[in-house]
Amino acid sequence: MPQHFALQNIYSENRLFLSRIVVIFSLILLLLTALIARLVYLQISGHEYYSTQANNNRIKVATLPPTRGIIYDRYGKILAENIPAYSLELTPELTPNIDETLTRLKRLLNLTEERVNQFKQQLPRHRSFDSIPLLMKMDDATVARFAVIQHEYPGVDIHARLIRHYPYGKIGAHLVGYVGRINETELKALSATDYKGTHTLGKTGIEKTYESELHGTPGHAEIETNAQLRPIKTLKSEASIAGKDLHLSVDIELQRIASHAFQNHSGAVVAIEITTGDILTMLSQPGFDPNPFSSGISTTAYNALQHSDQKPLFDRALRGQYPPGSTLKPFIGLAGLQFGLTQINTTLFCPGYYQLPNVSHRYRDWKTWGHGLVTLNDAIVQSCDVYFYDLARTLGIDRIHQFLGQFGFGQKTGIDLIGEKSGTLPSRAWKRQHKKLPWYPGETLITGIGQGFMQTTPLQLAVASATLANQGTLVKPHLLKQDTRLNSDPANPKTDLNPAYIRDIINSMINVVHTPKGTAYKLSKNIAFKIAGKTGTAQVFTIKQKEKYDAKKLTSKLLDHALFIAFAPAKSPKIAVAVIVENGGHGGTTAAPIAKKIITEYLNKNAAL
Amino acid sequence: MINETRPEQFETHSPVTRFLSRIHLDSLLLAGLLLLSLLSLLILYSTSGQHIDTLLRQTTRIAIAFSAMLFIAQIHPNHIKRYAINLYLIGIALLLAVLFFGEIGKGAQRWLDLGFFRFQPSEMIKITTPIAIAWYFSEHSIPPRWKEFFIASLLVAIPTILIAKQPDLGTAILIASSGAAVFFFAGISWRIIFSSGSALIALLPVLWHFMHDYQRARVLTFLNPESDPLGKGYHIIQSKIAIGSGGLYGKGWLASTQAKLDFLPERSTDFIFAVFAEEFGLWGCLCLLFLYLLITLRSLYIAVEAQDTFSRILAGSLSFTFFVYVFVNIGMVIGLLPVVGVPLPLISYGGTSMVTLLIGFGILMSIHTHKSLLPH
Repeated sequence: MPQHFALQNIYSENRLFLSRIVVIFSLILLLLTALIARLVYLQISGHEYYSTQANNNRIKVATLPPTRGIIYDRYGKILAENIPAYSLELTPELTPNIDETLTRLKRLLNLTEERVNQFKQQLPRHRSFDSIPLLMKMDDATVARFAVIQHEYPGVDIHARLIRHYPYGKIGAHLVGYVGRINETELKALSATDYKGTHTLGKTGIEKTYESELHGTPGHAEIETNAQLRPIKTLKSEASIAGKDLHLSVDIELQRIASHAFQNHSGAVVAIEITTGDILTMLSQPGFDPNPFSSGISTTAYNALQHSDQKPLFDRALRGQYPPGSTLKPFIGLAGLQFGLTQINTTLFCPGYYQLPNVSHRYRDWKTWGHGLVTLNDAIVQSCDVYFYDLARTLGIDRIHQFLGQFGFGQKTGIDLIGEKSGTLPSRAWKRQHKKLPWYPGETLITGIGQGFMQTTPLQLAVASATLANQGTLVKPHLLKQDTRLNSDPANPKTDLNPAYIRDIINSMINVVHTPKGTAYKLSKNIAFKIAGKTGTAQVFTIKQKEKYDAKKLTSKLLDHALFIAFAPAKSPKIAVAVIVENGGHGGTTAAPIAKKIITEYLNKNAAL
Repeated sequence: MINETRPEQFETHSPVTRFLSRIHLDSLLLAGLLLLSLLSLLILYSTSGQHIDTLLRQTTRIAIAFSAMLFIAQIHPNHIKRYAINLYLIGIALLLAVLFFGEIGKGAQRWLDLGFFRFQPSEMIKITTPIAIAWYFSEHSIPPRWKEFFIASLLVAIPTILIAKQPDLGTAILIASSGAAVFFFAGISWRIIFSSGSALIALLPVLWHFMHDYQRARVLTFLNPESDPLGKGYHIIQSKIAIGSGGLYGKGWLASTQAKLDFLPERSTDFIFAVFAEEFGLWGCLCLLFLYLLITLRSLYIAVEAQDTFSRILAGSLSFTFFVYVFVNIGMVIGLLPVVGVPLPLISYGGTSMVTLLIGFGILMSIHTHKSLLPH
């Protein structure tokens, strides 16, 4: 019986155990199903999502910024190039505490508060794994000093980057322009893809005008990185395309000679090759060194330039507007000939002043006692004002306005440089619109000697001179060297000017330089060719902020601006020049020698041509 | 009485199987375990960055673990049963020693330095606890009643609490579950199961109160891993990315990016399954799960075939516990369970847990190969 009980017990125990095994087996299958369901969910339904995540983990897309195009002068001299420089850069993702790091760096490297704030503003527009420059250019001592303690600054690295360099410094500063850090407003207008990885942008001059050509196209590299963001290998890369190199029409050596000729004067000179419209020289004095701009100029240095009395940042050649003064006389004279109001030998008595009928006001000649009996030729050679008061009166403002327009006065020349001013060629309509006043006859008189409302830029004056030398066909100036010749340009139609009259005027302009009575007779010494020229003096300083300038320099305020326009060789002109020397006194004394130096140098260089 | 000999001797088996059973090894289990070990070397070669030294070290460990299994398999289950309570007490004593003299590693006190080698008593407890409870139940009438239940519960609770205090939540849970498995196979009534189960659930808030901060954080992270993608949730997020990006067929052996590029932490140890899933895809995972299922089923079959109460309860518990290890590790890696430090059986890099597991299989093999006349 006990044995039976034992067997029974074992039997029921076996059954109980088997039932438990079945329960456990079911449980195992249930749990396995849960695992499999989850795996299917992750690996089938979630596969695409997690694959993307895995790639985002490991693949970083780096932008390879393009190399900016190089700017050359007419003879292949480099005006703007890219040189390697060490920059200090910070990668936000690798920097544990950015604010604290910046505070320490500020102390270590004597960074300005302003630089640090600028950097903080830039932070949000970069991706966290981008390397953002804090200092664009580090000197060797700073590089060495930082390299030693770099480990204390995780995420901060020294990089070698290319920065813009201008070998000729201030000689080409206005013309070539400079690049600077991209600011907030510029950023909004820029294509985000093209400028990813680029931190600078052309701000003025050629650098700005031809920004899209110079910039190039960025490349991309897909880089596999590990969890510590260390690059493992490049998966794909598309090289950047360098920006276009630009060859300018400018001869930088000519520009250098012009700059030296100015000595300490402020002013501007523009020289144009007549047959091509090539700008040979376009200089504004004083210049400034554009190099600090490309490496991030400090506010102090910038303010010093901005607020200097001499206005070095102001491009006088392109944007300075001056009364043309007596340099306008050949054009008024030509108008008189063309409209049949006078002949080159027609005489007029100059008593030293001119009066309108029934008006007591006397319009003075610069020569108080008068020039006596003068022809149109004499009036140009000696720069007699009275002759031109009379001629202007008979022409009338409407005809003056219409005639001068064909020489480019009062309109932009269309040069390939951003920021050009158009000057002023006054007319009745212009005065009504701008001054809300009718035109007075006296204003016609002073327009005839290039004073009053009349304003021109040095560039316009050079273009007008070149156009005169070009037999009245408007010369279109440009800075990019082109193979196309002006003559084949359909945009410049021939004018209906009588060539005989032009010859008369040019002869008078030759006489200005080559006859003893001429206002620029001094130039004729030691000269192998003939120059046609015209001197001028401008009595009003019309650059804005004029008042402040004059107030500070009472003595120089009394001095006029000296002007000179010229072209040479007179019989078959190749080069036309316009010079303005601020407060230079008489045009023949200060402005003309500068023009002569440029012309001589140019003609010597091109003697073989 | 029925003079019954071991059934195997009459069945037709290959010479290899006959030889293996003579040295008390089960051919099917052995094949499964060796296959897992080979897989382990395969994955470790990838996770270590094709480092031969790592493979050599793991091979040594596999050799040691299999030797331990071979040794244990020679011991008759009756001997194990005889020393059950002594082994259990030694284990408890060592646990207490860890509490007072133990070495600290990774923020927890788990190791005991015995001079010539370091030793983790909690590993030993994984085996001695089910042995002790199986022994206790087999000494009393089956199914156990409330009294036996309480005493056995105490036997489980003591080591569980001591290990949880180290703190090693993962091992504590595994030991508790191995104890629970013994209870279940001992035929404890459903009434007791349900009432104690509900009591345990009611106790959860109390358990929460006694948890360490890092353990609470793990649970919270499990509930919402994306809340802290670079901190506590990082493991699980990177693990899910690895598995999900593997897709149906995987990226191929040695081609995982998550592991190779350091995105996946603990890729050779606790999170090795993620690498397996990334390289071999869903098909690979299904094959691996099937292999684990086969080993579990063979072990359960051994339990069913076992001749006495002690052996059968113990074999059942060891089989189920093995599966629980697999489930807890994979469940953690695929984001079904909180992150608890449990390695993937026989695949993860590391020696201690492998030795423990193979000792368990040694016991199973011993049970299967030491059958004799029915004890009547």
